[in-house]
Amino acid sequence: MTNRWSGLLLASPLALILALFLIVPIGTIVVVSFFDYDSVRMFPAFVWTNYEELFLSPITWKTYFQTLQFAAITWAICLIVGFTVAYFLAFHIASPLMQTALFLVCTIPFWTSNVIRMISWIPFLGRNGLLNQALMGMGAINEPLEFLLFSNFAVILAYVHLYALFMVVPIFNSMVRIDRALIEAARDAGATEWQVLRNVVIPLARPGIMIGSILVVAVVMGDFVTVRLMSGGQSASVGLMMVNAMSLLQYPAAAANAVVLLIVVLLMIAAMLRIVDIRKEL
Amino acid sequence: MAKAADIELVALTKRYGTVTAVDGIALRIPAGTYCCLLGPSGCGKTSTLRMIAGHEIASEGDVLLGAENITELPPAKRGTAMMFQSYALFPHLSCLDNVAFSLKMRGVSKAERRMRAAAMLERVEMTAYADRLPAQLSGGQQQRVALARALITDPAVLLLDEPLSALDPFLRVRMREELKDLQTRLGISFVHVTHSQDEAMALADLVVVMNKGRIEQAATAREVFNHPATTFVARFIGGHNVIALAAGGGRLGNGVAMPALPGAARHVAVRADKMIVAKPGAALPLNGTVRSVEYLGATVAVGLAVDGLDPLSAVLPEAAFFADPVHPGDGVALGWKAEDMHAIT
Repeated sequence: MTNRWSGLLLASPLALILALFLIVPIGTIVVVSFFDYDSVRMFPAFVWTNYEELFLSPITWKTYFQTLQFAAITWAICLIVGFTVAYFLAFHIASPLMQTALFLVCTIPFWTSNVIRMISWIPFLGRNGLLNQALMGMGAINEPLEFLLFSNFAVILAYVHLYALFMVVPIFNSMVRIDRALIEAARDAGATEWQVLRNVVIPLARPGIMIGSILVVAVVMGDFVTVRLMSGGQSASVGLMMVNAMSLLQYPAAAANAVVLLIVVLLMIAAMLRIVDIRKEL
Repeated sequence: MAKAADIELVALTKRYGTVTAVDGIALRIPAGTYCCLLGPSGCGKTSTLRMIAGHEIASEGDVLLGAENITELPPAKRGTAMMFQSYALFPHLSCLDNVAFSLKMRGVSKAERRMRAAAMLERVEMTAYADRLPAQLSGGQQQRVALARALITDPAVLLLDEPLSALDPFLRVRMREELKDLQTRLGISFVHVTHSQDEAMALADLVVVMNKGRIEQAATAREVFNHPATTFVARFIGGHNVIALAAGGGRLGNGVAMPALPGAARHVAVRADKMIVAKPGAALPLNGTVRSVEYLGATVAVGLAVDGLDPLSAVLPEAAFFADPVHPGDGVALGWKAEDMHAIT
């Protein structure tokens, strides 16, 4: 019996924290999503109108599609960048000291806040920004490029800038644990560099790729700051929809949207986990 | 089946920066030989093996296989195959896919490579485990899969890097029999790197003892054991007393005169099991003290101290020892027959 009680006691701090900071807030959101509201306040009720309005509005579908598109493109670019950087660090840098040093270099963007990192793109990409001036100075273009800032291009650029490291770290971690003898064994069996990558490195780095993918996708799906700042209000995301609803004091509508978004992200992660069983591969 | 072929190493040298790991060695391994490269760690045996395999490129010198110079060919184009120290089985592939790996790399169709891999697994009696992952196998089973994977390319030479070191002692003896048996059946050369003299003596047709990047002796196990070429070989192979001689000849290092000592040699080696140990006063040239007695089952090892000489050891048959036992601290007389003495320059 003492064992049973001490076990429960040991598990209780974590259970308490999870209950307080995860289950209660999510529960609250679910409850609020069924509340009714008018232009100044909300009242307890059980109505489906929030969900009906959400699903019947074409804007919802467009915004979800837009957000999924951001997530997909960002994921693909982060995967390519992250995999390449991790591969270089893990297989082409021999000394562990140098690996650590270069790894720290990768984290430099994280030494400032998100918002500052994003804002710093504005003087670079703007209509009269550094890049346009440089290109015009070189005579490469006559008119400033308009798509650089306040566009979907800028949003994705910022996402990749912010989140590529989320891909590098877990993939690097998987790669350094690959026994170098396996690479030699593959070469001994006649594998070309490309075949080694395809048949040995990628399958063994898969858990890292999956963890990185989940991080990037989950973060991009819930983002609103980047979209707002970098698109200059010209693009929308699900997060931004919720912020707008809240600024109009339509908390139940925002809550319903949050519940739907949560379900969508959970489904995406579940789909990824079906491809790779992370628990098995860790 | 690939044709068995001779391996020849010509002035083969490997340098890492300023360190010379392998120093201009020359060796000929006839086709169908079980060859063991034997030596302490850092003696250059693994570098030599890796140069034969093509995982290291020689700094100087050549590796010939049959009539072909393979020094700079990539590993898979040489007709050699390597079995790695911890087997290096791909953890994400089943046994069958591990064995089929090199066929897949060559673009052999799925049906054919699976068929050939299954046939190879049958040869090593692992058919029942074809769908298991390497992590689900014991050490001995992993070794068999690794062997099958290496042999599926029909190599003319199989290279084994400390193949038995990952196994427990009982399994080691059994797998060593399997290796020898397999080599005999296949008729190709095996080159086996080891630091265990027992393993080398049990397996090898040709024992190559290496030290500091050079070959000290390359001969049959019996030859190496009975006629060690250098003091290093005599000490490393074990079971020998290496006794320094005084300059000028006729005397041991401690000044004791002995008949029939070789004139020009600087050392003599006497096998520990050829030592004669008797009660003090016997007509033997040396007097010493017993330092230790170790019961080894069939034999008893007696450690001996003699003034002016390095510690000696004698290995006596169990029955002979207990017929007239000695104890640590006892004084004894020591000697050996002239024909059991082997001169080393």
